[in-house]
Amino acid sequence: MNELIFFFNNVIVSGAVLGCVYALGAVGITLIFGILRFAHFAHGDMMTMGGFITFVLAGLVTAAGIAFPLPTGFVVLPVAMVLAALIALGLDKAFYAPLRLRGAKPVTLLIASIGVTLMIQGLIRLIFGTGTYTFFAEEPKRLIRIDTEWLGATRPIAMTEPHVLLFIVTLVSVVALHYFLTRSRLGKAMRAMADNPDLAQVSGINTQLVVRVTWLIAGSLACAAGTMLALDVTLKPDLAFNIVLPIFAAAIVGGLGHAYGAIAGGFLLGFAETLSVFNWTVLLRPISGIFPEWVSLPGNLSIVPTEYKLSVAFVILVITLLVRPTGIFKGASS
Amino acid sequence: MALLSLEKVVGGYGGAPILNGVDIAIERSDIGVIVGPNGAGKSTTLKAIFGLLKVTGGAILFEGEEIANSLPDKLVPRGLSFVPQEKNVFTSLSVEENLEMGAFTRRDDFRPTRDWVYSMFPVLAEKRRQAAGELSGGQRQMVAMGRALMSQPKLLMLDEPSAGLSPRYVIEIFEQIVKVNAEGVGILMVEQNARQALAFATRGFVLAGGQNRFTGTGPELIADPEVAKSFLGG
Ligand SMILES: Nc1ncnc2c1ncn2[C@@H]1O[C@H](COP(=O)(O)OP(=O)(O)O)[C@@H](O)[C@H]1O
Ligand SMILES: [Mg+2]
Repeated sequence: MNELIFFFNNVIVSGAVLGCVYALGAVGITLIFGILRFAHFAHGDMMTMGGFITFVLAGLVTAAGIAFPLPTGFVVLPVAMVLAALIALGLDKAFYAPLRLRGAKPVTLLIASIGVTLMIQGLIRLIFGTGTYTFFAEEPKRLIRIDTEWLGATRPIAMTEPHVLLFIVTLVSVVALHYFLTRSRLGKAMRAMADNPDLAQVSGINTQLVVRVTWLIAGSLACAAGTMLALDVTLKPDLAFNIVLPIFAAAIVGGLGHAYGAIAGGFLLGFAETLSVFNWTVLLRPISGIFPEWVSLPGNLSIVPTEYKLSVAFVILVITLLVRPTGIFKGASS
Repeated sequence: MALLSLEKVVGGYGGAPILNGVDIAIERSDIGVIVGPNGAGKSTTLKAIFGLLKVTGGAILFEGEEIANSLPDKLVPRGLSFVPQEKNVFTSLSVEENLEMGAFTRRDDFRPTRDWVYSMFPVLAEKRRQAAGELSGGQRQMVAMGRALMSQPKLLMLDEPSAGLSPRYVIEIFEQIVKVNAEGVGILMVEQNARQALAFATRGFVLAGGQNRFTGTGPELIADPEVAKSFLGG
C-alpha cells in the first residue's frame, strides 16, 4: 500500500501540479494564437515576470509588517495579476500592435516575441540579478499530510500548501474562463473572432477590444502560473523559459486556438512527464513474487531518466504533429 | 433621397482600380440586384460599400451622408449589414451565438429581434443550440442572413446568397429575401442566377469591367434584348 501512496504523491500530485502550470500557460498561448495568429514565444517570460511582480508585492506587504494565515505571495496574487495584465497590454501596444498595423506576417511577430523574451529576461536580470529567490524566507512552507491508516498504509499522502493553492487557482481560472467564453458577450466575440476574423469584422465586432481582452486574460493567467510555480519551487530569471517547450506542446497538442484543448493538453503533458520519469520498480517490487526467478528487477525502471524529462514533451509534440497536426481534441468547439 | 447611393465610385485592392465608376441607387423599399460576368467587380462593389477596400474616387452616400472608407463597426450601427459569399457563419458557434454576434453593436435588448429572425426562419429556432458548421448549405445561408438581420439593418447586402444551393433551396432563399424586404429592409444583392433574381428585382444593375452597362427595373432588364443576349445567356 505504501508503494501506491508513493506513486500517488510522485505521479498524481506532481503530475497535477505540472499540469496546472502548463494549462494556465498554454491557455494564454492558445488564446493569443486564436485571435492574433502568431506563436507568442515570450509567454514563458511573461509567467516569470508575473512571479517577480508578485515577489515584489509580497516583499512590500511583509516589510509593512502585515502577515496572513496563507502564503503572502498567494494573498497578493490578484493585485499582481492585474498589474501583469496591464503590462501584457502595454507589451502589445509597444511591440506587436505596430507590426500588426503594417500587416506583418506571423513569423515576423514570432521573431518580435523572441525579442520580447530577451528583453524581459534582461530586465529581470538587471533588477534582480541571476540568483534564485524564495517566497518562504520569512514564513513557513506548510506541508499538508493526509493520514492513510484507513488504507492500511503508514506513508501519508503529502503535498505542500502551494500545491493545494495551485489546484484551487487553476480550478477557479478554468471555471471563470469557461463562463466568460460561453456566457459573456465579449467571450463569445472572442470565440467568434478566433473562428472567423473576417466575419467578426463584418459583424461589427469591436476586434480591437477583443484583442485587448485577450492580452488581459493571457497576461493575468501567465502571472498566476508563474507565481504558483515560483511558490512551489523557487523564483529565478529563467523560471518559465525552461518550460516554454512543454507549454507550447500542450497548446499544440490541444489544438492551437482551442482553450479547453490547451487545458487538457497541459494535464496530458504534466502526467506524461511524471509517469515517464517514475521509477516503476517501486510498484513492481512488492509483486516481484509473480515473476519467474530469472527476472530480476533493475534498481531503476523509469521510461526516461529525470534529466531528460523535457524530451517527453518533445516526443509527444512530434507524434501529435505527425499524426494529428490540428491537435488531438479537434471537434470540441473552441 | 435614396437610402444608399453610389456615384461614380472608383476603388480597388491597392493595384489598378477594379471599380471604374459604379452608380447605384437604392430605396428602403427596393430589392436591388447586381448581375454581370465573373470578375465584373460585383463582390468588389459590395465590399467597397462596406469599407473592406479602399475607395479612391466618387461618393458613397448612406441616408445622404458620406460613408466611403468607413469600417463595419461604424456602418453596422448605422443600419448597414453584409452577408459575404463564403465563410459567412461562425462554424464553431451555435446558431443562437451566431445571431448574438450579429447584435454585437447593440446595447439594447435584442431578444425581440432574435425572435423575429426565428419566426422568419423557424428551422433555426429548432437548431438554435447546434453548431452552425453542422448545418446544411441552405440552413447556413439562413444563419448568415439571420446574423446580418440582428443589427436591425435598413439595408441588407448579400453576395450570391443562392451560390451552391440546390434549385429547391434557391427558390426558398429568394422567397425569404422578398419576405425580409416586405418587413421594411432594403436589399442589395449580387446574383449569378440572374434571370431568376431579376424577376423580383425593383432595381437591376448590369456590371461589366467595373462599370454599369445597364440599369433598370428587373423585368425591364430581362426584356431588353441586348441585356438578354450579352448577359443572360440569350
Ligand atoms: N482580394 C483581392 N485582391 C486583389 N484583387 C481582387 C481581390 N478580390 C477580387 N479581385 C479582383 O477584382 C476583380 C473583380 O472581382 P470580384 O468583384 O470578386 O468579381 P465578381 O463580379 O465575380 O464578384 C477580379 O479581377 C478579381 O481578380
Ligand atoms: Mg463575386
